[in-house]
Amino acid sequence: MTAPLDLRETERWRVPLIDGIDKVTGRARYTADLDHADALVGRILRSPVSHAEIVRVDVVAACALDGVVAIVTGEDCAQTYGVLPVAMNEYPLARGRVRYRGEPIAAVAAIDAETAARALELIELELRELPAYYTSEAARAPDAVRLHDNKPGNLEREVHHTFGDVAEGFAAADLVREANFSCAEVNHAQIEPHATLAEYDPLTGRLTVQSVSQVGYYLHLMLARCLGMDASRIRVIKPFIGGGFGSRVEVLNFELANALLARAAGGKVLMRLSREENFLTHRARPQTDMRLKLGMRKDGRITACECEVTQRGGAYAGYGIVTILYAGALLHGIYDIPAVKYDGYRVYSNLPPCGAMRGHGAVDSRHAFECLMDRMARELKLDPFAVRRTNMLRAPTRTPNDLMVNSCGLAECLDRVEQASGWRERIGRLPRGRGLGLACSHYVSGAAKPIHWTGEPHAVVNLRLDFDGAVTALTGAADIGQGSSTMVAIAVAETLGVPLDRVRVVSADSAITPKDNGAYSSRITFMVGNAAIDAAKHLKSRLAAAAARKLEARSEDVECAGDMFFVGSGEQSRLAFSEVVKAVLAEEGPVTVKGSFTCPPEAQGGKHRGGAVGSTMGFSYAAQVVEVSVDEELGKINVEKVWVALDCGRAINPLAVEGQIEGSVWMGMGQALSEETRYAEGLPLHASLLEYRVPTMAESPPIEAHIVESRDPFGPFGAKEASEGALAGFAPALTNAVANAIGLDLDELPLTPDRVMESLIERRRKARREAARAGAS
Amino acid sequence: MQSKDSRPGKRVLALTLNGRRREDAVADNELLVDYLREVAGLTGVKTGCDGGECGACTVLIDGEAALSCLTLAARCEGKSVETIEGLATQGRLGRLQRAFHEKLGTQCGYCTPGMILAAEALLRRNPDPSEHEIRTALAGNLCRCTGYVKIVESVRAAAASAAEAAL
Repeated sequence: MTAPLDLRETERWRVPLIDGIDKVTGRARYTADLDHADALVGRILRSPVSHAEIVRVDVVAACALDGVVAIVTGEDCAQTYGVLPVAMNEYPLARGRVRYRGEPIAAVAAIDAETAARALELIELELRELPAYYTSEAARAPDAVRLHDNKPGNLEREVHHTFGDVAEGFAAADLVREANFSCAEVNHAQIEPHATLAEYDPLTGRLTVQSVSQVGYYLHLMLARCLGMDASRIRVIKPFIGGGFGSRVEVLNFELANALLARAAGGKVLMRLSREENFLTHRARPQTDMRLKLGMRKDGRITACECEVTQRGGAYAGYGIVTILYAGALLHGIYDIPAVKYDGYRVYSNLPPCGAMRGHGAVDSRHAFECLMDRMARELKLDPFAVRRTNMLRAPTRTPNDLMVNSCGLAECLDRVEQASGWRERIGRLPRGRGLGLACSHYVSGAAKPIHWTGEPHAVVNLRLDFDGAVTALTGAADIGQGSSTMVAIAVAETLGVPLDRVRVVSADSAITPKDNGAYSSRITFMVGNAAIDAAKHLKSRLAAAAARKLEARSEDVECAGDMFFVGSGEQSRLAFSEVVKAVLAEEGPVTVKGSFTCPPEAQGGKHRGGAVGSTMGFSYAAQVVEVSVDEELGKINVEKVWVALDCGRAINPLAVEGQIEGSVWMGMGQALSEETRYAEGLPLHASLLEYRVPTMAESPPIEAHIVESRDPFGPFGAKEASEGALAGFAPALTNAVANAIGLDLDELPLTPDRVMESLIERRRKARREAARAGAS
Repeated sequence: MQSKDSRPGKRVLALTLNGRRREDAVADNELLVDYLREVAGLTGVKTGCDGGECGACTVLIDGEAALSCLTLAARCEGKSVETIEGLATQGRLGRLQRAFHEKLGTQCGYCTPGMILAAEALLRRNPDPSEHEIRTALAGNLCRCTGYVKIVESVRAAAASAAEAAL
């Protein structure tokens, strides 16, 4: 592999999003904004119970209603779907059994919303209820009914990985501590509710779906599978997308149900989900219980780690196997730990299925680790920064579980937040109720082995150059607001030496753009960015050759910058970009080139079962300090300020990197402070944005983001991911800050006032008991 | 259950929409958000929740920020309604639009129209708000992408640019 190109100057690319003007003017069309004047309205009938056999679904009366055009049920699709080829155990519309309250049973297409709603009421359901389980413990009980016949104990997957000699590691420790942690289930709560527009043309037999997917390619595959159609008759287009955070990585049941409706109706159907239905669709971070044991020497060096994780996964497989593997795999890759034992349990329950959410799988176990590490440092009277510096990885290296680490800027991240927060001057000198806490975190820059492993390159970008002189980048990568199209435009413009506005990006339309694995695991900058550079290099060499012939020079001596081609200093022999375009077209007509990127086999993880999960070409690293004030009368935590530093390798667009760091830290704050789903007998009590408490602007702190650039040897211009790495550090930094402020170690997320109060009251009780005992003796 | 006979009546609504007078027949129970999106075709007005939770549908009614998902269209009789589509005039972005674009106050963009209109209402009544005033005034508008940092910066920049232009 050749050394990566470097950016000539970063500040040049501190630019707004290339589609930003569409967003601030209201011109941007999201799925629900697409022309739907002639579309039918799609609605879903959902299970009213958590677990039942379906005895009868009678749609006769509903079909007879004036204005109802089509109704589909489980009878209309006998194909399962799912994101993992090994675990597709879900139907678009339930067949035989429903396994959670809110599971789709039937879907209606009608001339308007009122008619569709009336039709749903007219569908007759006969269900025979089964016992339902709402906790991992209940689902794993020996006499529990199996949710899926092939999964005894309602265990979707158990993972047992040991690397190094754990017993020896603990024996070498001066201090061994064990603690239990629990993190509530959270939801992505992207602001755009789910929506999908499907159009089936019965005359041509073609289907066009415009939907909120982060991975149009998965949707395309599952539409072909569930509708029994040849994939070549399907077109999937991504409109503007109002956030994803993992909610739209998996194909979602409503997307398939709506396509089934469009085909049954022989026309166009728009389905918009309510916010409540968004929460029922879920696919987010599972409720997680953890038992963590660490061994530490007096100098802070960690000698061994033992971690048991139980995730309450919900009713279907979804991403579950990957999530439970990530929780263990990413115990590695940030600190140098000689021995790690991991036991993971992914459990089925009668609740909406969980899935991938920003920081997939790694967030909750990182929380436990950073909290316990801090407590042990305190016990050994070591500084939190010192403990992390003692243990952090040095790149390049391979972890015991065979993950490749090519660059690591964690040391500089620690330095930056230590200085910026005034840690050394302030720690231990703050008034009671005020505290500082530190934590580190990391994340992959794309999975080095994709889920749908086909042997193809990991990313392909096409570039077109035509008579108009515009360079059009064609990419399947889904811009969901993170700015990936802007990144592609910058990569091409920088490599070619042309202004940004010469480059146009067309993305995520299966009829036009090359297949892409999609927007997940922070893969786009690393993989698509590299592919874009590769394509631009090919185009540049074609342009340089044509320019060389005109300038009577050797093509290797031709440079392009500022939209001009020149040789040497360029004073005498310059050619405008447009002239070179004419020269190239005169020789070969309009030009199309292809660039690609592939992660080499040595990057694709270990040979052990599940070893591909966690593998990546580049880890991002982050350190953050959180300052809190805690009101001990109300149990209320206020976040005063956050200082965060992220090693993203190289910031291709520093403005966008800052935005990603700030957003990910803040999303971590929501999980840490207020966000949680709650169910009563499977009924969500949280299914609105009033009950599900996303932090408002008034409660959100200033976040000071620092960019650290370790220059990854394989990243595009040295870049790595910037969108997920900082998230996982917030909750432990907050929890450590609370411990610093009021001397209380909290084990459960989120740190809501009731949980904090309960711990405070328990501490007072304990103090009273001890005082009474001391008095009595 | 509703029979066809009990369908709500319709009336003619006359209002000023983004500076232009117009009249439309609207049902008595039609929400402003549906009127703006489905009748007037102003899809810059967004829906993010099941009613009054997120602020994405914020518009200006007689200059005040209002949730169009909790407002009956018929209540806007004779009033002036402004949406995001009305803020850019004669090929120029409004001050907040420019600031949100340049400072990355927008990521996915879905909350952006409502956020900008809520900020517009704030700046019209308070041209130089403090950070605290901005955070309080916009607390009813949820954003899931930015952590609000660059939104606050955008509003401050817009206020500063307006002050500069006034000099």
